[in-house]
Amino acid sequence: MSIQNQLKLRPHADDRPGQRSGADLPNKMTARGVKVFYGAKQALKGIDLDIRENRVLALIGPSGCGKSTFLRCLNRMNDTIEGCRVEGRIALDGEDVYGKAVDAVQLRARVGMVFQKPNPFPKSIYDNVGYGPRIHGLASGRDEMDEVVQTSLKRAGLWTEVKDRLREPGTSLSGGQQQRLCIARAIAVSPEVILMDEPCSALDPIATAHIEELIDELRANYTIVIVTHNMQQAARVSQRTAFFHLGEMVECDDTEDIFTNPRDERTQGYITGRYG
Amino acid sequence: MTDLVERDVAAVTPSPASSPGPSSAPKSRLRSEAFARRLRARHAAERRFRLAGAAAVALAALMLVLLLGSIVAKGASAFLETRIRLEVTLDPAEVAERNYAVPLRRALYAQFPQVTDRAGRRVLNDLLSSGAPYELEAMVAKNPALAGTTQTVWVRADDQIDQLVKGAYRRDLPESGRGISDAKVAAADALLASGALAQGFNTTLFTAGDSREPEQAGIGGAIAGSLLTLLVTMALSVPTGIAAAVYLEEFAPKNRWTDLIEVNINNLAAVPSIIFGLLGLAVFLGFFGMPRSAPLVGGLVMALMTLPVIIIASRVALKAVPPSIREAALGIGASPLQTVLHHVLPLALPGILTGTIIGMARALGETAPLLMIGMVAFVVDIPHGLTDSATVLPVQIYMWADSPERAFTERTSAAILVLLGILILLNGAAVILRKIFERRW
Repeated sequence: MSIQNQLKLRPHADDRPGQRSGADLPNKMTARGVKVFYGAKQALKGIDLDIRENRVLALIGPSGCGKSTFLRCLNRMNDTIEGCRVEGRIALDGEDVYGKAVDAVQLRARVGMVFQKPNPFPKSIYDNVGYGPRIHGLASGRDEMDEVVQTSLKRAGLWTEVKDRLREPGTSLSGGQQQRLCIARAIAVSPEVILMDEPCSALDPIATAHIEELIDELRANYTIVIVTHNMQQAARVSQRTAFFHLGEMVECDDTEDIFTNPRDERTQGYITGRYG
Repeated sequence: MTDLVERDVAAVTPSPASSPGPSSAPKSRLRSEAFARRLRARHAAERRFRLAGAAAVALAALMLVLLLGSIVAKGASAFLETRIRLEVTLDPAEVAERNYAVPLRRALYAQFPQVTDRAGRRVLNDLLSSGAPYELEAMVAKNPALAGTTQTVWVRADDQIDQLVKGAYRRDLPESGRGISDAKVAAADALLASGALAQGFNTTLFTAGDSREPEQAGIGGAIAGSLLTLLVTMALSVPTGIAAAVYLEEFAPKNRWTDLIEVNINNLAAVPSIIFGLLGLAVFLGFFGMPRSAPLVGGLVMALMTLPVIIIASRVALKAVPPSIREAALGIGASPLQTVLHHVLPLALPGILTGTIIGMARALGETAPLLMIGMVAFVVDIPHGLTDSATVLPVQIYMWADSPERAFTERTSAAILVLLGILILLNGAAVILRKIFERRW
């Protein structure tokens, strides 16, 4: 029985905010009252959201609605932005990621990220994938490192295409291959959560289809949060979808329900293409 | 009415040729005579601009050729020196008391048996460089077996003879206006005719320190001084500058303090270099009591001067590294320092190196601040340490340019050529390093 079918058997139709008691899967991450300010400007106005383990959560909404900002709060990438302030509580396995005990470097190893534009390091394909394990000391010795690189590239569906040219620069690959290389680089550290910020927006439809398949496969081992502008993509890859609008989380529900039976008229307006 | 009818007809019959007035109006403006005129004017303006640009480049190239041409024309002859052939008999007694001037003179007088009076012999004495006895001494010191033998040696001629052979004096002028006496000209001509006067490559120019006698003066001391000074400058300003740039660009919070620091660094880069010399004089010499004329102090002052240049160039290079690389590294859990050392700095390195080498080249060509800390001294010995008295190439050029001897004119130009050569080497190194590190992309 395939992983997909296994997951489909699990009931999560009643898994709505406010009725969380019905959830069968544990929450990997939870956000409560998350507010983000860039200087004096408020970008997020109190977000409550649960991210279920081994599920794909899609964040949709018009440009500037704060979905990328929210995503970057989850692994504290916003720390690097000057004048950015985060309020509220974000927990990973129940532990506040903005707490004093949590180190941002360790958090980012546990919560990996794939960016909008493929950004491989200007190093070899091998070094791109091996960099994370090397700095975190996850592989001791050459053989183990080879193993990690190979597994990660296989999981990212890139192994057969690059196995003969691991020493070539990662930047020599095509856009779609580069993005899969970035995914391989992210999973080489064995993170628990993978954040994807519009991972297909710079890719052609074939490369996009490749990545979407990959996301579906990765769901078995990782919790995934994906920001996308493409509603078909959200419908295809995610089990749950959250709609953001003007810094608020309007509604979060099963993907099917959001697209077939949205409760809020703003969601309705957005998915039917009235704005956004 | 007719208009309406026509339009209706046009609507019914789909022939584009018959489409009337209104739709052809916007087309005709792009095809009008006025438009064509404006178009011609636009093209003419472009041609004029290109011509002016090409003329500017040509003018700049011409100036460069004139400058380099005049320096080469004046300086090329300094790479040759004139030597006199003498059959020297080395009397062991004279060698024992290290008297080498007498055997040289004896050999010279032997070539002019007709000259017996004191005045005539003084003229002959003046044909030889005052450094010639030292050359002979060095020869014997190397091979003591020479004592008691007769050797054919080529010793340095006096700078006036050297200049005469190189054609620097006008023979058609009367003795009083020529700068060299008839007797010397006659003696030199006689030596030249007998083949006892010849030109060879001027090694003295590169090995010797400064001297009052042009034929014994060289830029060896100045080159050593420049290298020592540059060494101190590099050792201090490169690590400090890059560290400061990395901190300001990658780690420092952007607030009023860092803004203030940035403005001050930019201002510092524009401060006249003599001010740094005054600072060096007051602080390093006056307060810390460091030695005068020392490459150590020169290097410190130059380091202060090049620091802002390196910081600014490095910051520009760091800024040019795409932020996506930083995000990529941070996103998989690299610490900020790892992000900078593993990814950002290697990518910025070509730019940093270029800025650094340009800063070094500027320091190499700088004179003004060194005048204030006493590196403008007449230094005969070649410096071997950071606290030895030294001068640097551009200062040596400045001092030689002030000297009245004709032979110093060509040596000034030769020293300029050497300085330019070193600068070209430095800039070439910058280009090569850039190429090497850029391949990593």
